[in-house]
Amino acid sequence: MPAIKRRPPHPRERRMIFANIDREDYTPDIDCYIRNGGYEVLRKAITMEPDAIVGEVKASGLRGRGGAGFPCGVKWGFIRRGGPKPTYLICNADESEPGTFKDRYIIHQDPHQLIEGIIISCFALDVHLAYIYIRGEFPEGAKILEKAIAEAKEKGLLGKNLLGTGFDLEIYVHRGAGAYICGEETGLIESLEGKRAYPRIKPPYFPAVLGLYQCPTIVNNVETLCHVRHIVDMGGAEYAKIGRPNNTGTRILCVSGDVRQPGYFEIEVGSLTMGEVINDLCGGLKPGRKLKAIIPGGSSAKVLRAGETYKIKEKAADGSLADKEIGIEDIRMDFDSLAAVGSMAGSGGVIVMDDTRDMVWVLNNLNAFYAHESCGQCTPCREGSLWMRKITDRIMAGGGVESDPDVLKSVADNIAGKTICAFGEACSWPTQSFVLKFREEFQGKSKKILPPPTPPEYLSETLIEQNEPKQLTGGSTTP
Amino acid sequence: MTMNLPAELLARVDEAISHYPVSKQSASLPLLHLFQEHYGFISEEAILWIAEKLELEPIQILGLVTFYPMFRRKPAGKHHIRICRTLSCAMAGSQELREHFCRKAGIDPHGDSHDHGDPITVGADGKYSIEFVECIASCGTAPVCMIDDDFYEAVAPEEIPDLLAKYQ
Repeated sequence: MPAIKRRPPHPRERRMIFANIDREDYTPDIDCYIRNGGYEVLRKAITMEPDAIVGEVKASGLRGRGGAGFPCGVKWGFIRRGGPKPTYLICNADESEPGTFKDRYIIHQDPHQLIEGIIISCFALDVHLAYIYIRGEFPEGAKILEKAIAEAKEKGLLGKNLLGTGFDLEIYVHRGAGAYICGEETGLIESLEGKRAYPRIKPPYFPAVLGLYQCPTIVNNVETLCHVRHIVDMGGAEYAKIGRPNNTGTRILCVSGDVRQPGYFEIEVGSLTMGEVINDLCGGLKPGRKLKAIIPGGSSAKVLRAGETYKIKEKAADGSLADKEIGIEDIRMDFDSLAAVGSMAGSGGVIVMDDTRDMVWVLNNLNAFYAHESCGQCTPCREGSLWMRKITDRIMAGGGVESDPDVLKSVADNIAGKTICAFGEACSWPTQSFVLKFREEFQGKSKKILPPPTPPEYLSETLIEQNEPKQLTGGSTTP
Repeated sequence: MTMNLPAELLARVDEAISHYPVSKQSASLPLLHLFQEHYGFISEEAILWIAEKLELEPIQILGLVTFYPMFRRKPAGKHHIRICRTLSCAMAGSQELREHFCRKAGIDPHGDSHDHGDPITVGADGKYSIEFVECIASCGTAPVCMIDDDFYEAVAPEEIPDLLAKYQ
């Protein structure tokens, strides 16, 4: 791997998870980690009652950093210790939401922070077998994690009777093989069982009840598990003071696209607005450009258009709620604020687009992604994602017809909510929001009045029985 | 079992299986990775061998090979180039980057079938192959690519000859 380009933190960042990222004097080996206070929190954790650790995580208000923002303590609370089945823990390192690139740096530069977070979590949840599911395109990352696990074992921090506690834990690295759907927790579990990553239906397959090998399983994101280490270190109540109520802690934002300095920034959740992220952290837009659109939380999040205004309710100092109208640059970067403006904080991946971008082209790129990544299990998603791609492909090729914006919306509307997993929403939200908010661009490229030519495989002569030659030809423009 | 695996590969196979004490089936993906690393692709014999080793039906292994985009059923080039196609990299010029790579590596940029099952284009001499892949999670340093297992960020077209020279 080429030398890592190191960058000092921005003054407005608060680095906790990324404290050691891009430090000149920091290496990913265990000695460096221990020199910097590593595994001290684990030593503290093993003196605590496991339930007390779960209690601290609940008190911290930590919300999962993978995309859904589900409270981690609540998830953990579903696990009952001492049940008839073993409990497993899986670290979701399948980072593949377009726009997201945070776990890569933790894994490459500070792997022991993650390992320590996993060991503490396993101790709290009485887990003796844990897997790190890392995406196949991180071969280097998988090797680094395997080395880190071996180092931790050698020091007695992992394996049988770790640190003399009588507690046994094995962690293994499991590599994916290029399928985005493995980031969905039940798809990930199927994949880890050696099957196609077809997500399972909930209920009954909530991982905490029926997960890996039909046993209770906790699936947490890399960043979430790293936070656990810091929560146990400072105490849940203290951690909850960081950020904002219901949006606690720090979070890593990944900014890409049309800004001068794209990159990753760890901020207190909600401490900055969208405008501050773009203008202060990222140095603003490129010279002479104007902001056009922002995808705020990974490519599945609904797009926000520059110049839009949003009506939100804001809590005043006396606790009363007041209506307020804000613009795109005023949106606070936290879970609740991004949900209030109709999008989501998702995985923290912010993609910025300036006025040189063609929104049909952008949507077409995303549609190609979702059409490629649909697992194919549910018909609306498998077929719909491909239809949407074919339509935007055709519009880009100059064949847009008047009805296309409506057809796109209709296809998207018929996927969301009708599939086993949230991929249905993930693939339809971009189309729904792009067509709604940039309708004039889609209409501008969709001016033909004729219906599109019928593909050759649907020509009437191949479909219609010899004795009823004229029944299915209506609507076709092909002679 | 028709294949004779070298002792080292066999040892790695057994090691991988030992990571899954509950179900051998879980070792399917790791074994496919080991075979592809060693042989360059997943052959018919490999599918049969893995299935027998894990006490599965061959269709269960074939189903994985056709589902997971990283597995291929025919050889790629000696060095395989993956270029990210998804939004942030596309905005930074990954389409052009792909064309530059093709030109320098002696690959026909329009040579692939655009078929979901076979997205890899191999150059005539078999030295390099190229694949447009979905997001590889480094959007902040777009455009990015991988050559074999190595990862390259913010790749400029001018760098391509030097990059390729490292992979002979």
